[in-house]
Amino acid sequence: MIKVKSLADLKKMRESLQAKVDLREKGEAAENLVQIKVAMATCGIASGAKVVMDYLLEELEKRGINAVVTQTGCMGYCYAEPTIEVKLPDADAIVFGYVDKKKADEIIEKYIKNGELVDGIIPVNYESIDDK
Amino acid sequence: MKDLSLHVLDIAQNSIAAEAKVIQITLYFNRGNDYFELVVKDNGKGMEKDFLLRVTDPFTTTRITRKVGLGIPLLKRNAELTGGSFSIYSEPGAGTILTARFIPSHIDCLPLGDLAGTFALLICSYPKINFIIEIIVEKTRFCISTKEIVEAIEGVPLSNSSVYPLVKEFFNTNLEGLQITNLG
Repeated sequence: MIKVKSLADLKKMRESLQAKVDLREKGEAAENLVQIKVAMATCGIASGAKVVMDYLLEELEKRGINAVVTQTGCMGYCYAEPTIEVKLPDADAIVFGYVDKKKADEIIEKYIKNGELVDGIIPVNYESIDDK
Repeated sequence: MKDLSLHVLDIAQNSIAAEAKVIQITLYFNRGNDYFELVVKDNGKGMEKDFLLRVTDPFTTTRITRKVGLGIPLLKRNAELTGGSFSIYSEPGAGTILTARFIPSHIDCLPLGDLAGTFALLICSYPKINFIIEIIVEKTRFCISTKEIVEAIEGVPLSNSSVYPLVKEFFNTNLEGLQITNLG
């Protein structure tokens, strides 16, 4: 990889980026993209959410999947961190718990590519004992 | 937290939650006097005095999803464990400034971790917030802001997935130049 040391170097890389952007933005509204939210509160970060987010950003780019990866706060599933919420176009969002690199790879390959559910889903009807 | 970079990522979330528009993260290394400081300054909504007094208490949080807030207590403990110190000042409506001082020669001092990745992640994830990252090693100063990066890559949104690796590489190269990648 070329060394990117100064802002001028960043500027140089811009042209190659611009080409990619044009390609992407054609007819790609956010709702047509895979949307992933990584829980990044203290609990998530302490359990390795950053590693997972790094991995997702790199791998989705490498595997050519058009996705938006964003951060979110604590979803209340601290015991199951790192957690990620995946929303495929035209599907309900699903929260996966205990996500590490291996799990993230499985989620990309099986769920995001083929829509096949994998272990580790946190049921939506889950309520903590305090809510009862 | 396993390393300092994770603390930076975590503490920055507090400023983001406080609706800050500008967040300045400063790392100041003073090797001669054997300490380094992490300073996070924001122009968010700040805290009322009684909340500020309780903010290092693990049972203080603004969240409703859980009853504990560990970000600040953990940072305070990790700083004090090395013989360093921790302080936080806040003014409602004006913002907050937090300082944690570590003694790197102490055996309990955390490694720095992936600072480049942390800065890149913050900048690319929150394009609406102007992050100012300042790293000072003795007399050498490196400073960069979201604004400057946006200007350099004009037209390409920060949220574009090809931007993150580039910004990370940019920080990595500069941190290497400052020789602080292996400290701690």
